[in-house]
Amino acid sequence: MIHSFNLQDLLFLVRSAGWTLVLTLVATAVGGALALVISVARLSTHTALREATRLYIVVVQGIPVLMVLFLSYYGLAHAGLDLPPIVAASLALSIYVSAYLGDIWRGAIQSVHRQQWEASASLALTRMEQYRYVILPQSVRIALPPTVGFLVQLVKNTSIVSIVSVIELTRAGQLVNNTTFEPFKVFVTVAVIYLIICYPMSRLSRYLEEKSRVYRDR
Amino acid sequence: MSIVTVDNVRKRFGDNEVLKGVSMQVEAGQVVALLGRSGSGKSTLLRCLNGLEVIDEGRIEVAGHAMDYETSRLRELRKDVGIVFQSYNLFPHLSVAQNIMLAPGLVKGVDKSRGRALAAKVLDRIGLLDKLDAYPDNLSGGQQQRVAIARALAMEPRVMLFDEVTSALDPELTEEVLAVIEQLARDGMTMLLVTHEMNFARRVADTIVFMHEGKIWESGEPEAMFTRPQTREFEQFASRNVK
Repeated sequence: MIHSFNLQDLLFLVRSAGWTLVLTLVATAVGGALALVISVARLSTHTALREATRLYIVVVQGIPVLMVLFLSYYGLAHAGLDLPPIVAASLALSIYVSAYLGDIWRGAIQSVHRQQWEASASLALTRMEQYRYVILPQSVRIALPPTVGFLVQLVKNTSIVSIVSVIELTRAGQLVNNTTFEPFKVFVTVAVIYLIICYPMSRLSRYLEEKSRVYRDR
Repeated sequence: MSIVTVDNVRKRFGDNEVLKGVSMQVEAGQVVALLGRSGSGKSTLLRCLNGLEVIDEGRIEVAGHAMDYETSRLRELRKDVGIVFQSYNLFPHLSVAQNIMLAPGLVKGVDKSRGRALAAKVLDRIGLLDKLDAYPDNLSGGQQQRVAIARALAMEPRVMLFDEVTSALDPELTEEVLAVIEQLARDGMTMLLVTHEMNFARRVADTIVFMHEGKIWESGEPEAMFTRPQTREFEQFASRNVK
């Protein structure tokens, strides 16, 4: 039934934006935890661990997220594991996040001076203690701006899960448009909602970048 | 009894042999100055003594620990061997007190209040008690280096290694760091120093070790060595470096 874009539709869009946020948060949490393991494994003294994680990053970064999504939804279903769309979507996005943040954080860890490792090792700290108390606190400062920048990308990239019929913001926009045929109104509204989510994050990223530059110049 | 034993140690970086069979012994309470041109292997030898460099051949024993690169045994050795670097290497995100307390807290289980008392004690010893809560960024190079010495001392090491610790400092700041080291010498700390401060070495060291092309070329008591050099190389080195 065709009707014009109304308050109901707007509320539907806002509710669906909730799923966009949920997907972003889950992918950030799960993918972030994985990324921490990956970044440390990338710098491990074990060659196999180092190479395996390097390969993982190359592969995941080298294929469209859409393929990861198809594989975790249609692929796993074909293999007998029938995941609900929202779970498959979260899985795919988490994998995507883990490869990118894993690489960003690896770089941040490596940018801490080698002498910090030597000084802390000479004080008889274990490798875990070196990471926990000396290296990671210094890497966080370096990693924060690009991490927030990447998460802004992630918010927008969650839109691809509309393909496997998860109703997040983009998919909701399509549905509303199908019943209103007012694409300008609908998609401008959708765009504005994305902007409202992303703009503060972009600002935060820029602020953090400036702050870390001040720190370096001091 | 010697507290440091180095026995026929060889170390290569790729094709470049940096230590070509080095042997030496250091008695407890002795101060040994390692001299030599850059590239002579003196810094590498020092870094081998706490396992920062892995030797290819030979044997090292420090403070009763035979050198063993298995991680837990290497840590045992490092509890007894402190090192101070040319570039200070304080942890920039931690205050002076936290820099000093970190390792005793983690490695020896010293709790916060005792750790702070310990930090105050070692800072007092180097004359920087008022910098307890300062951050490394806000200290001069000389002060940072003294804090680095205090940080090593807080582990109560039996041997201290100093790797060109004044090379990055102005002459004025060099003096304040050397004064701290000289005080440690008087307190009976066993120390090995790689240094370019010839006069300081001559005054404070019990033994001078002159390294040349990866070998110990000449060694002995400072006065005897500087007044009657045994080798042309040391004679040249000394005449060029003593002002």
